[in-house]
Amino acid sequence: MMIDIPPGLILILGALIVPFLKGYLRGVFLLALPILSSFILYNLPDGSHFAITAFGQHLELLRVDPLSRIFGYVFLIAIFLGIIYSLHLRTIEEHLSGLIYSGAAIGAVFAGDLISLFVYWELTAISSVFLILARRTPEALAASMRYLIIQVGSGVLLLAGLIIRWNETGNITFDHIGLESVGGVLIFLAFGIKAAFPLLHNWLQDSYPQATPTGTVILSAFTTKLAIYALARGYAGTEELIWIGTIMAIFPIFFAIIENDLRRVLAYSLNNQLGFMVVGIGIGTELALNGTAAHAFSHIIYKALLFMSMGAILHRTGTVLASELGGLYKTMPFTSIFCIIGAASISAFPLFCGFISKSMILSAVAYEGHYWVWILLLLASAGVIHYSAIKVPYFAFFANDSGKRPKEAPLNMLIAMALASILCVGIGVWPSSLFYILPFEVNYIPYTESHILSQLQLLFFSALSFAVLIKLGFYPVQSKSTIIDTDWIYRRLAKAVVVLITNVALTLHSNLFEVTILRARRLVDQLYKHHGPQGILARTWPTGSMVLWVAIFLGIYLLLYFIKNI
Amino acid sequence: MHLPALQVVIPLIAAALCALFRHYFLAWFITILASWLSFAIAILLLLQVMSRGVISYELGGWVAPIGIEYRIDLLNAFVLLIVSGVGAVIVPYAQKSISQSIEKSQQSWFYSMYLMALTGLLGVSITGDAFNIFVFLEISSLASYVMIAMGPDRRGLTAAYQYLIMGTVGATFIVIGIGLLWAMTGTLNLYDLAQKIPLIENSRPVLAALAFLTVGISLKLALFPLHLWLPNAYAYSPGVASAFLAGTATKVAIYLLLRFFFTVFGGVEFFQSTPLPEILFVLSLLAMFAASIVAVFQSNIKRMLAYSSVAQIGFITLGISYATEIGLTGAIAHMFNHAIMKAGLFLLIGAVMFRLGSVKIEDMAGIGRKMPFTMAGFVILGLSLLGAPGTVGFISKWYLALAALQEGQWWAVALIVAASLVTMLYIGRVVEVAYFREPTVKVDQLREVPSSMLLPSFLLVGAAVYFGLDTSLSV
Repeated sequence: MMIDIPPGLILILGALIVPFLKGYLRGVFLLALPILSSFILYNLPDGSHFAITAFGQHLELLRVDPLSRIFGYVFLIAIFLGIIYSLHLRTIEEHLSGLIYSGAAIGAVFAGDLISLFVYWELTAISSVFLILARRTPEALAASMRYLIIQVGSGVLLLAGLIIRWNETGNITFDHIGLESVGGVLIFLAFGIKAAFPLLHNWLQDSYPQATPTGTVILSAFTTKLAIYALARGYAGTEELIWIGTIMAIFPIFFAIIENDLRRVLAYSLNNQLGFMVVGIGIGTELALNGTAAHAFSHIIYKALLFMSMGAILHRTGTVLASELGGLYKTMPFTSIFCIIGAASISAFPLFCGFISKSMILSAVAYEGHYWVWILLLLASAGVIHYSAIKVPYFAFFANDSGKRPKEAPLNMLIAMALASILCVGIGVWPSSLFYILPFEVNYIPYTESHILSQLQLLFFSALSFAVLIKLGFYPVQSKSTIIDTDWIYRRLAKAVVVLITNVALTLHSNLFEVTILRARRLVDQLYKHHGPQGILARTWPTGSMVLWVAIFLGIYLLLYFIKNI
Repeated sequence: MHLPALQVVIPLIAAALCALFRHYFLAWFITILASWLSFAIAILLLLQVMSRGVISYELGGWVAPIGIEYRIDLLNAFVLLIVSGVGAVIVPYAQKSISQSIEKSQQSWFYSMYLMALTGLLGVSITGDAFNIFVFLEISSLASYVMIAMGPDRRGLTAAYQYLIMGTVGATFIVIGIGLLWAMTGTLNLYDLAQKIPLIENSRPVLAALAFLTVGISLKLALFPLHLWLPNAYAYSPGVASAFLAGTATKVAIYLLLRFFFTVFGGVEFFQSTPLPEILFVLSLLAMFAASIVAVFQSNIKRMLAYSSVAQIGFITLGISYATEIGLTGAIAHMFNHAIMKAGLFLLIGAVMFRLGSVKIEDMAGIGRKMPFTMAGFVILGLSLLGAPGTVGFISKWYLALAALQEGQWWAVALIVAASLVTMLYIGRVVEVAYFREPTVKVDQLREVPSSMLLPSFLLVGAAVYFGLDTSLSV
């Protein structure tokens, strides 16, 4: 039976065949891979299926349980959508790295031990960087290097933590880890980097907007959600996560409101949405974890949808700066509709998928009595509605007419967006379909009067505030500038420090260097004098003097042997 | 079973046949037959020794102390394997190489001399009789002088002459040493000597014999600073001869050193009671550095490789000077490995000579693009020479370092590594020129050498990698 092949491996191995295919065949093959994987995953019963022994350890490459299964499904959906969205591409680098990247993420989700998790963890970092590099701009190159350093750094932390943990407990299975030991803390930090914890987050806003139109769609799905999965597996119920998550949900709002690059706005809102999930993990009850998984599921789809619509604009107009867009609905009607559906989902409008999953998390918070957190999260929700759901479509498709009249997005992009939209609405209307695959049994009813009412209040007041600010002209001007977040620390401060050190070092170095060179030259001269072709050690000696040497040695040996005898 | 006798007799008769027929192709054919046969015999002997222990063979049926005994234990079975193996691999290569550098009428003489040298070296390794050692040593030396003199370079004549003088001095010293031992004990059989010497080992004639033997063998194995004959001899001889001599002659001399010190003169304790370990240690270190540095400055690649040989012999004697199990393992392994590496390197550089007509480093600019296989092989063997993991060089240097550690000599480990770094300098210099310079007009017209020359070289390259990964044979 082929059933036992890890689904992630199919994508990775399949990627190796892609370069040999051309035209339609390649497209069909690309789409067949995730379908085949989903089929295999669907038929896999729960349990461990693909164990090998390496490094003297038992490695479980395919551990299927409800938690990993839901992430596996949504990752497969995401790569399927991503492939459709990128079918128009003639180059294969994005297809290749997208496939390997998603395969690695899926492999990581099904990894039953920390060593295989680490391998896939690093593979996601290395394969995904090509999605940014493929943009081929100097900014993208710089961003990709920063991205790579941070991602690999996360992998190194994970490795260090895993080794310490292995040493302490002799156990490398990937189950609940907790913060009690040093190893646990290191692994927590590794996950935290990928999950974009506050102060560890800025790689996300830095790199995602720099990727190619299709690259961002794929990037937005995997790395952070893999981290969410890993946190849910290893640190469910860890109190600290509640506050970390709350901060994550709140602080991006302010940056997002003044940000001009619409894909960067979405990157900030990505961060904010992750905050909700992290809170859910911190609560750790069955409802909360269900909510987290559900939110991750719907979030991947609607965030991909939003990035797809922005990608379509970037593809057609070459820019996603709010200050340069506007009025695009006239020529890109479908894209604008899809974008609004995505916006409705992210703002948790009833009948859209975000509503279901976000209410689960909020209810879980309320049930556990964390009222402050609940209030802050409501505030964060209002923020999301404000900047993500209203600002993005408003500035892109409506606002002041920019005069741009781009063509409608390519057909494959429209299909991908349509599919994502159908999913968003479908889950919103029939939540039971999503509940069916959640990790724990669900007895939660999303559509109660109080949920709907409070959510609608939020929506309308946010919309009102946006409208008022715009009408009165108080809304922050959308201007071209790079907003420096905490990445100031390494973009400016670290750079300044490095430059300073470099200057000092250069001065020292050039002085030292001259001296050293001089010394070295003298040394080589000396060596050459004795060892060079005409040197005493290398020249061809007359036979007589050779024999003299022999005689001298004979004398020495005779003497020494006799001395020994005496 | 007459395998031990056949081991020596086959190449000897073949040498005579070559001289009789005096036809270049026939001579080559006889040579290839004889050399591969003796390789096969060496393998059989090694297998026998491994399964059944020491083989003793009485030549002509005369019983041991009086008659000549061939005695094969694990050590010399191993040396026989090295010598006949290198000898066999080289012959297929020889035909093209020799037909270019030596006139047709002279070629059969070359093969004849080649077989004589092979006979001599095999004989030295296999025999258990001290005087027999001298005889075979002279056979091989005389044959090598002729081979060197047949080199394409006229300086080969002077080189051969110097080698002749020095070799004869060495052989004379050895025979004086053997003579003194015979005078004191009345026996020439090595194992008989081993039993009688301990009783009189502090008498003056025995010590004098030891001194003569030490110097004579040091001269033969080119122990620094008695190596002066070696660079020219290797540099100006035909490529095949360089490869053969570099791979085998010095190795056999090392075998003699081991045999005399550890078998005849009562083993490790005696060895350590003499000042020899200290002297050997110092000279080895000097060789490792001085000869390597000289190699860095050489512009003639064959001379460079020759100096590198002196340095590598330093590594081997360093291992011997420790006289511990690990040290000796390292030394013997390095003997085996160096035979493979240096023979291979000389074959490949002979291939460069074959096409380019020069082995000056400045003429070789960009040659890596035109002769990719040759230079790739050179790089792999070069890596092995400097001890890169995954190649044979790493294994033996690892053991040498372990031996130094066992003695608590951290600094000696550092020196071993440092000497290997110097190796990197001279190999790196060739790599730099061969790959990173624009090819000259002359180099641009080159083609890769024929496969009859490439295959034997790559057999050695393959061996260097194979035994670097599978260490069961050499360790």
